Amino acid sequence: MNSELFTLPFNLGLYFILIYSVVRSTVWFRDLSRPDKLRLQRGFFGKPFMDSLREIFSESLLHRKIFSKNPVLGYMHMSLAFGWFLLIVFGTIEADFFSEKHLNPPSHAIFFRWFNPEHGAEGFARIFSFWMDLLLAFILSGLLLAIIKRFIPRMMGMKKTTKHTWTDRIALISLWLIFPSRLLAESFTCGAYGSGSFLTGNLGNALASFLPAAEMAPWFWWLYSLSLGTFFILLPVSRYFHIPVELFLIFMRNSGITTGDRHSSYTEVQTHACSSCGVCISVCQMSSAAGIHDIQSAYFIKGLRNDRDIAAITANCLMCGRCEEVCPVGIELGPMRLIERRQGERSDRIMKLPEKYSLSRKRGSTEKILTQAYGYLVREEPERADVLFFAGCMTHLTPSVIVAMKKIMDSAGVRYRFMDENGGVCCGRPLMLAGRDREARELINHNSDMIWKSGAQILVTSCPICYKVFRESYYLEARVMHHSEFINLLIEEGSLRLGYLHKKVVYHDPCELGRGSGIFEEPRAVISYVAELQTSSQESNMSLCCGGSLGNLTLSSGKRAMIAADAARTLTLGSPDELITACPLCKKTFAQVAETKVSDIAELVAAALPAPRAAKAKTRPPRRAARAVSNG
Amino acid sequence: MSAGQANRFGFVINPSRLIDYDTSDRKVREYITLREPSFTLCFACGGCAATCTAGQHTSFNLRRMNTYIRRGEIEPLREEVTRCMLCGKCLLVCPRGVNTRNVVSLAAEAIRKLERNEL
Repeated sequence: MNSELFTLPFNLGLYFILIYSVVRSTVWFRDLSRPDKLRLQRGFFGKPFMDSLREIFSESLLHRKIFSKNPVLGYMHMSLAFGWFLLIVFGTIEADFFSEKHLNPPSHAIFFRWFNPEHGAEGFARIFSFWMDLLLAFILSGLLLAIIKRFIPRMMGMKKTTKHTWTDRIALISLWLIFPSRLLAESFTCGAYGSGSFLTGNLGNALASFLPAAEMAPWFWWLYSLSLGTFFILLPVSRYFHIPVELFLIFMRNSGITTGDRHSSYTEVQTHACSSCGVCISVCQMSSAAGIHDIQSAYFIKGLRNDRDIAAITANCLMCGRCEEVCPVGIELGPMRLIERRQGERSDRIMKLPEKYSLSRKRGSTEKILTQAYGYLVREEPERADVLFFAGCMTHLTPSVIVAMKKIMDSAGVRYRFMDENGGVCCGRPLMLAGRDREARELINHNSDMIWKSGAQILVTSCPICYKVFRESYYLEARVMHHSEFINLLIEEGSLRLGYLHKKVVYHDPCELGRGSGIFEEPRAVISYVAELQTSSQESNMSLCCGGSLGNLTLSSGKRAMIAADAARTLTLGSPDELITACPLCKKTFAQVAETKVSDIAELVAAALPAPRAAKAKTRPPRRAARAVSNG
Repeated sequence: MSAGQANRFGFVINPSRLIDYDTSDRKVREYITLREPSFTLCFACGGCAATCTAGQHTSFNLRRMNTYIRRGEIEPLREEVTRCMLCGKCLLVCPRGVNTRNVVSLAAEAIRKLERNEL
C-alpha cells in the first residue's frame, strides 16, 4: 500500500493547469492597452487589491450574489467552491501538522488518507478527521443538488439550464466523479484499517463488512486521481475555466478596467469568466415571454468562447440589460454584444481542441466598410435659446407627448426652443445599437453642432434613447435632461403649479432611462407629486422591457407583441387606472397590447396642470371657430 | 426593350412601371426574403416613407426602395440604402408588421456581398 504511482494523473494535471494559468495570464496582461496595464499595476498596490480579495471571498467562494437570487442555487455553488477550498486548506494543514515532514508536495495533502491510513484514532487528530468528513459531506450535498439541477432544473427554481459542449460534458463528469471517488477511496481505506470519522469510518465499516476493502481501495484512489487530473487538463477548454479566470477578472475590474468598444484582453477574460450558470437565461424575457431559448447571454458568451458565427444570436437581443443586472460574475454583457455587432461577418467554424488551448485569440473579422452616408444633411443656423427641447424621432410618433411638454413648459414660463419641431435628425443611438458607430458619429456631429450653436444651457429630450446617447456619446456643454428630470426640476424650483389627480398609476422604467442611465427616482418623484404611485414586482433595476426595443434588429412584430403583453400584464397586476412610462417607444408598444390606458409621464403632469385662465380663453377667436363648425 | 418600343402595341407603359428582365437581379430580393420573411408582407402603403426621418432631408423613400428590391434594380438601390438612419419610426407605423430596419440592414449587407461576388 505505498505505491505512489496513482498520484501521477493528479500531479500532471495540477502542474499543467498551474503553468498554463500563469502563462495565459501573462499573455493577457501583455495584450492589455497601455492605460489598462497602468491601471492594473496601480490597482495591485492599494485599495483595489483589498477590494478584490474581499470580492473573491464573497463571490468566488461564498457566491453571495447567486445566494441572494436563488438560495438553493447559491448553496450548490457555495458548497462546491467554498467547501472544496476549505477541504484543500484544511487538508494541507492536516498533512503538514500530522506528518513527520513539513512542506509536503500537494499530492500528499490531497491523498492524505492513503499515506496515513490509521490517522485520526484519538485526540486532536480525531476532531480533525471529523472536520474533514464534515467538509466532504458539505461538498457532496452540493454535488447532489448539481446533479438534480442538471436533470430537473425546475427543482432548483430555474426555468432552463445551459446546454453543454462535449468538452464541458467530460469536464463535468470528471468534476462529479472527484468527490464520490474520494469518499469511496477514503472509506475503503478506513474500512481496511478501522479508522475514519462519522462519514468515511461508518461507510468504510459497512463496505468492509461485505467487500475486500484493502483490495478495493487502490482502484478508487486511482479514480480519484484520474478524475482530478482530467478535470485540470480539460479546465482551459471547458466552462470550468471560469474558476481561475474569475479571480483575474475581479482584479482587473477593481483596478478600473472597463469593456470599452473593441475586443481586448478584458473582453477575452470576461468571456472565459462566464460560468454558464444560467441566471441570465432565467431573467431573459425573450425566453420567458417570446419562447426564444437560444440567444441568451450564456449562449452568446459560449459562442464567443468557441469562436462560432454568432451574428444571429448577437443581433437578436433587446439590449434591455436585465441579464447584466443579475450576472453574478459581473460581465458587461451589453457592451460585449455591441462590440460583437460592430464586427463584420465571420465564418462559422468548429474550433479544434488544440486551438482551444491557444493563448491568445485573434478574432478573425473584417471591419465593416462604410461610406459617407449622410452628406445630404444641411447645417442650419439655429436660434439661440437657454433651454433646447429635442423631442426625438419616436416622440414625433406620439404627438400627445409633445403637446403635453409644450403645455408644461409654457405653464412654467420656460423660454425654450423646439429643436426638431419640423423633424430633426436621428440622435445616432439606433445606429450604434446596430453596431454602426462610424455612421452614428456623422449624425452625432450634426446634432452636436446644432446644440453648441444654440448656446443652450439645458437640453431636454423626451426620448430615453436620445437621452442615453446625448449623455454618453455627445460632447456638450449643455446639461442633458430627460423630460422627467426636467419636470422634477421645475416642480422643485416651484415654477410649476400642479393639482392632484385622484388616480392610481403604475410606473414602467424604460430600459434606456432606468438601467441604461440610472434615472429611477426623478420620474417616481414627479408621479408621486400628482398621483398615487403603485409598486410593481418588477421595477427599477429589474424592470421589464416593453419589447419594442430598437436594440433588437431581427425580432418579429409578433414576438414583440408577446413580450409587450406579458410585461403589461405584470405591470398592471395591481389594476391601476393608468400605466405610466417615460418613453414614447414604450408607450406605443404598450398601447397596442395593454387594456389599461397608457400615458407618458408628461401627459400625466399636463393633466394635473390647473385649467387655463379666463384671460387666455378670450384670445381664442370664437366666431371663426363657430363658423368652421357650421360650414363643416 | 425600351419604353419607346413598348408603345407599339397601341397602349402605353409608364417607364417607371417597366421591369427590365435583362438587368433585373433578384439575388438581393432572395437574400432579404430568406432572412426576413416579413418583407413579403409589404403592400406598399407608403406609411414608412411618410414618417421617415431621413426622408425629410433627402429623397430617401423606403417604399421606393422596396420596389427596387422587388424588381431587382440594384443600381439605384446602392446609394438609397446608405441614407437610412435606422431610427425605427417606419417599424412602428408599418400596418403589416414588416421588420423594416432589418430589411434595410439586409439590403446593405446583400449589396456588400454582391460587390464581393459572394452572393
